[in-house]
Amino acid sequence: MSEATLPRLTVRYSAIGGAALAMFALILLVAGKDPLKAYIDTFHYTLANAYGFSELLVRMTPLLLAAVAVALPARLGLINVGGEGQLYMGAFAASAAAFAMPQAPAWILLPFVALAGFAGGALWAAVPGVLRAAHLVNETISTLLLNYVAPLVVSYFVFGPWRSTESSAYPQSSQFPEAALLPSYFNTRIHAGLFIAIVALILYWLLVEKTRWGIDMRAIGGNAEAAKRLGIPVSRWIVIALAAGGGFAGLAGMGEAMGIAGRLRQGLSPGYGFTGFLIAWLAGGRPLAILFMAFLFAVITSAGDTLQITQGVPYAVVNILLAMILFIVLARQSARRGAK
Amino acid sequence: MNAPVVEVRSVSKRFGRVQANDNVDLTLSAGEVHALLGENGAGKSTLAKILYGYTRPDGGEILLGGARVELHSPRDARAHRIGMVFQNFMLIPALSVLENIALFLSDLPAIIHPRDVEKRIREFGERFGLVVDAHAPVRQLSVGDRQKVEILKLLLADARVLLFDEPTKVLAPHEAEALFCVFDALKADGYAILFITHKLREVIRCADRITVMRQGRVTATFEKRDADVDTLVEKMFGSASHGAVIAPPGPQIPRYARNDILELRNVSANATGSETTLRDLNLNVHAGEIVGVAGVSGSGQKELGDLILGMRPLARGTKLFCGEDASSWSIARLRENGVAFIPEDPLGMAAVAGMPVRENLSLGTGSRYHHHLDIDWRALESAMTASFTALEFPMPPLDRSVATLSGGNVQRAVIAREMAHSPKLIVALYPTRGLDVRSAASVRELLRRACDRGSGVLLISEDLDELAEVADRVLVMFAGSIAGEFARARWTADEVGHLMTGSTEVHLV
Repeated sequence: MSEATLPRLTVRYSAIGGAALAMFALILLVAGKDPLKAYIDTFHYTLANAYGFSELLVRMTPLLLAAVAVALPARLGLINVGGEGQLYMGAFAASAAAFAMPQAPAWILLPFVALAGFAGGALWAAVPGVLRAAHLVNETISTLLLNYVAPLVVSYFVFGPWRSTESSAYPQSSQFPEAALLPSYFNTRIHAGLFIAIVALILYWLLVEKTRWGIDMRAIGGNAEAAKRLGIPVSRWIVIALAAGGGFAGLAGMGEAMGIAGRLRQGLSPGYGFTGFLIAWLAGGRPLAILFMAFLFAVITSAGDTLQITQGVPYAVVNILLAMILFIVLARQSARRGAK
Repeated sequence: MNAPVVEVRSVSKRFGRVQANDNVDLTLSAGEVHALLGENGAGKSTLAKILYGYTRPDGGEILLGGARVELHSPRDARAHRIGMVFQNFMLIPALSVLENIALFLSDLPAIIHPRDVEKRIREFGERFGLVVDAHAPVRQLSVGDRQKVEILKLLLADARVLLFDEPTKVLAPHEAEALFCVFDALKADGYAILFITHKLREVIRCADRITVMRQGRVTATFEKRDADVDTLVEKMFGSASHGAVIAPPGPQIPRYARNDILELRNVSANATGSETTLRDLNLNVHAGEIVGVAGVSGSGQKELGDLILGMRPLARGTKLFCGEDASSWSIARLRENGVAFIPEDPLGMAAVAGMPVRENLSLGTGSRYHHHLDIDWRALESAMTASFTALEFPMPPLDRSVATLSGGNVQRAVIAREMAHSPKLIVALYPTRGLDVRSAASVRELLRRACDRGSGVLLISEDLDELAEVADRVLVMFAGSIAGEFARARWTADEVGHLMTGSTEVHLV
């Protein structure tokens, strides 16, 4: 791997973003919109505007955690497509923790809620981990399928036992106790989850690159047969890595519930878990690249909102932009492989 | 004897350093079963692949019906009515027998008339003892029935020369017997059959003529009536020393007290798929002793090695390591207690290509170099440097990825790592396979030296010369059991060869 320094990465990913934006401009033109104005508006409402910028960081928070949730198991060659489900289960477990001790002071309740969020996602991901370690079910399939189950668990509780009595029109839980809410800063929606996410990213880097556990995990990813023959407990690591990944996704869910919504809702995540997969994959698991990609994806999804309001194009057009970035990255990788 | 339908004249083929075929001559006539006999790596499969157009020879010529031909591809071979049954079947499990066979037929019209094909399958099936349900999906068939489908495919495609590459390897004994009945029927109908095997009993059972290969050369061709087991074994395993002692005399008294490093008592292990079941093994390895394990491939040697290394659970029996019951020890615990492993394929079994040499050297060293959450790299490096020096290996740059090292250097790095902590037991699994003569000699030398320092060595090998050179005792495995045991210099290639091929009953010294 070449040295992935910050300036190099910035140049590389800016070029990718630029190329994607140029192609997207063509599509906007064809649709009869003014791409230049669209981009200026987007820039104006997101990057150049204090509130807009804070919203980018808010969006980036769950994306970072969801990306780490994918990147960590990927070091063992495991494909965790279940970030979305793990995120929901994290939010669910955190909510359960908050409702369990409504009277507790914040210094007890907050760590407890965060721990519960991690545990919820971790246990949800441990199931595919155990199945994979026992050679029963491929983790790609089981994590993917569990994505369809987790939101139903949340739905059951917000329609049923936890349904708020204040407004019967909207399926959501009642408000969490004040002490369970993550503190927010600067009069924006930026909440403590951002720091958790950044700490998670640093932990991920330290774990994989700087510890002997990281060597074990990378050995499994590089050659599972050799790893097993050399006495590395492969099955155990598979469960641990998937569970830890799920835990990070769970923290993302916890952050959305405790930092943004203040209650448990049905549509907790607009696909953060899936976007996290793309980020981790495009970044090749490198921590700095994950940070950059998470920010870029936050910009793009925010751009969708802006375009919807200012240009009257549907939000879904940003999916075109996302797809273009994917294509360019793919093309770049195949070109590099072809050059070898 | 009829004029030969296939004639091979001084065909040679070289793969890298290995001369797989060296001036091979062979004739094959209609209405005969011609057995091609030899050890693993003797060049039998290469010859068959050349005849099937799969491999191009470097020199020599092939005559079909007296005319010289160039076989550029299996398609050419099939056009000349040559068909081959591979060791691994070429069938699509989800499709039915009928569909699998139809796919193979080149003269099939765009719209298939399944009834015609089915009728032909039934005709051929009844005539040659190859009855299978044409509508059954292949995945439901037994291995023996799948092989029948492979043969039917060739017959329906009008092949007259049939090449079988170790067809009995995958078959149960009764299935093998059924296959020989098929051979008899085909032979009676004028088909020419080339039958590759290393099992003597089968050759005696069904062949009309026998060609023996050894190290790429044809060592003899016999009519069935002229061949006996002793001569065949001699031709297979080496010539000059028939009946003579080939091992040089070694020290008669063990250099160390007879401490058992490893002892297996009545050990059995289950198998899945193509693995071999281990039955009731008893063996021990003492300190300062090299115990060789001989056997043709698939006799259970690899399974035995894996069982000792902790990769495979014991179904019954006890495994003792230095007097302690280690039957259920993990791989990590065995390694921590002094078990080392020298593999056949270091890059596949004992190293991670994508990681730097330094990290690879740390793998499998247990908790020796643990330093909080990290590894004490300085201690590791000095221990490894010492090991490389002791072995007189050059030290590769530690930051380089293992993927960039040559095969020989990967093996050296793995050996240096495995030898770094004076292992009590070294399990070497075909350690010299694929190495050139000098490297192989240096591996044998280092096993010898480890042994002099008090390690016990279990050397699994197919090379009888190697076992004769270094092993203090030789165990012969056949079909998952130990068929015989010989002390150093008390055996001949002849005796061991008999046991390896299962052509004599068990006899112990």
